[in-house]
Amino acid sequence: MPYSQFVLVCAGTACDSCQSREIYSRLTAAVRSQGLEGRVQVVRTGCFGFCAQGPVVKVLPDETFYVQVRPEDAGEIVAEHLAKGRPVKRLLYGGAGRAAIADIPFYQKQFRIVLRNCGVIDPENIEEYIAREGYEALATVLTSMTPEDVIEQVRISGLRGRGGAGYPTWKKWTFTKNADSDVKYVICNADEGDPGAYMDRSTLEGDPHSVLEAMAIAGYAVGAHQGYIYIRAEYPLAIHRLEVALRQARELGLLGRDILGTGFDFDVELRLGAGAFVCGEETALIASIEGHRGMPVPRPPYPAVRGLWGRPTVINNVETLANIPVIILKGGAWFASIGTETSKGTKVFALTGKVNNSGLIEVPMGTTLREIIFDIGGGIKGGKRFKAAQTGGPSGGVIPESFLDTPIDYESLAKLGSIMGSGGLIVMDEDDCIVDVNKFYLEFTVDESCGKCAPCRIGGRTMFNLLTDITEGRGTVGHIEQIHTVAHAMQKASLCGLGQTAPNPVLSSLTYFGEEYRVHIKEKRCPSGRCRALVTYTILADKCIGCTLCARRCPVNCIRGERRQPHVIDLSRCIKCGECFKACKFGAVQRS
Amino acid sequence: METNEPITALPDRTIELPEDLSRFIEEWKTRPGNLIMVLHRVQEHYGYVPRDVAFEVAARLDVPLAKIYGVVTFYHFFKLRKPGRHQIAVCMGTACYLKGGEDLIKELETILGIGLNQTTADGEFSIEAVRCIGCCGLAPVLTVDGQVYGRLTKDQLADIVAKHRGG
Repeated sequence: MPYSQFVLVCAGTACDSCQSREIYSRLTAAVRSQGLEGRVQVVRTGCFGFCAQGPVVKVLPDETFYVQVRPEDAGEIVAEHLAKGRPVKRLLYGGAGRAAIADIPFYQKQFRIVLRNCGVIDPENIEEYIAREGYEALATVLTSMTPEDVIEQVRISGLRGRGGAGYPTWKKWTFTKNADSDVKYVICNADEGDPGAYMDRSTLEGDPHSVLEAMAIAGYAVGAHQGYIYIRAEYPLAIHRLEVALRQARELGLLGRDILGTGFDFDVELRLGAGAFVCGEETALIASIEGHRGMPVPRPPYPAVRGLWGRPTVINNVETLANIPVIILKGGAWFASIGTETSKGTKVFALTGKVNNSGLIEVPMGTTLREIIFDIGGGIKGGKRFKAAQTGGPSGGVIPESFLDTPIDYESLAKLGSIMGSGGLIVMDEDDCIVDVNKFYLEFTVDESCGKCAPCRIGGRTMFNLLTDITEGRGTVGHIEQIHTVAHAMQKASLCGLGQTAPNPVLSSLTYFGEEYRVHIKEKRCPSGRCRALVTYTILADKCIGCTLCARRCPVNCIRGERRQPHVIDLSRCIKCGECFKACKFGAVQRS
Repeated sequence: METNEPITALPDRTIELPEDLSRFIEEWKTRPGNLIMVLHRVQEHYGYVPRDVAFEVAARLDVPLAKIYGVVTFYHFFKLRKPGRHQIAVCMGTACYLKGGEDLIKELETILGIGLNQTTADGEFSIEAVRCIGCCGLAPVLTVDGQVYGRLTKDQLADIVAKHRGG
């Protein structure tokens, strides 16, 4: 008897950390004890995207969507919903009114191509991928298309690199195809180093076969027989799922020698990164696969001509590749009908920061930031004010409220001084200090600079020191001038993208939040209170009722006063943690 | 990445590599670009890259020791010093930073009496800051021996440490 009901349990990293594994085993046990095992199948899937509400459990065919499920709830879901057809109302998102995914605003504006199988199939079972048209694109390509046909469809689709720079994928493939060599390689760049981004991780965890299939298609198009996936060692679950997927694909003859009897050979090997952001850069990544320190070399020659072990190599990012099977099956023209004039298809974002619905989302290009942050993201946490959105991580920039209605595509973001980037989208509210956040990004790029070229190595450090001065009250007008000079040198003279783009966050924030820098410099004040050196906490005697709450919260015991008498902060010992400010219910603690 | 402990002079002793590691090295010996994969295996086994093992790997793969040192110190993931029995990694990705990742580190330093990248005297715990572990929806996040704890406030940390101590 076929299954008539399915229970999908998210097994992405975030839900996994919230005991989704335990939920899965208790659901399975409950299904068995209720005698439902012939009718109900419990499946561990990839990420549903709604990480803020995890762990997430979905029941099919009625599409009931349970959020924040605990292991104790498993029995009730089985006994009530599966056995008796009565959904467990208290676990539904937003209460009883919203049972199905289609009713949840978080999903309404999304459109899934890359994440089509995430949260739908069991990523460790190749049969489920195949049932969803998996490996059909590869079969079509190998049996009825020439390499030229494949590249032509990718050209028509308008697909551009999703790693950040947005280079047309078909051009990379064409250059590699045209390069004269008997050995060529395909590399999947899964070295997702942007802090605050986890699109590639979730794709690999939720749908590893889509990437393997795309790599084989790319191999066929450019004439390569060996692929490498360069993946962060920090992603153990994704590595495990890829290893399982590789084994299953080889067993079914979908990878390896003579794929599907067509005579085409292609296999894939995993190579682990070791925590170096610069290895996201193509030539540094190649150096790392070759077993060296991941240092970039000047381009040209581009990897398409001289790449891995000196051979022509096409390097695509995970998200770029995950689009390929769909483009082949539905046609380049279909893909090109989605998105904007210059940017086709969808983009996956890791929506994080001070937003209500953190998670992984996929939207058509051209969706506005306002739709993403307020409709999908559900607005700012705790009713605070939106301040800025940051895209592109340490290589990108901030976008202020006045540009929230900008449709997202490569060109419009670049015009605002940011970049599309790999998909990190971080929302900041009024409590975040722009200068402090940019110091954070620079600290990151300084730490991650490989040190090979001076503009990046010395320039980054100099910029970081200048920003530190500003956040600690030593800033002058000259500091801003110097930042511009150093930034210009880094942009023009750095060897690779890391150094060339490192000044972006600071420059874009100077454009939109120049006033905040000015206040730090001229008034020695940090409006958001993040820059501790510029903040003083005092207690207003006329407002303090002497409730002693602040004194009890103070971690260094520097607040004194009798009960029902105004309290006083000993400024010489105050560490400016702000606990008293947060604790006071009477507005008596002043931050200045 | 630690740069203050150069591997110089000769090894303290020659070391017998465990069977599976030895087999792995043999298997990868002739494959190009093997060094990083072998180092991953070494660290998986020992928790870091011990000095004497580095000597042995250099000999087996026929690469200069300086090259191994260069690679190990370039990549953040590799360690030259033995970490604690329980490794606490605090995420300092952007989302976690905005939501107070730094405060978690300070609180842990207070609880354990050690600084970042240090190990407690009894060898139980070490603390490190890591870049995004990809659970931004749960920020701020830390992991203990790979187990993720999310949506943290600093007053939960003492309990988490206590739970792992001795375990």
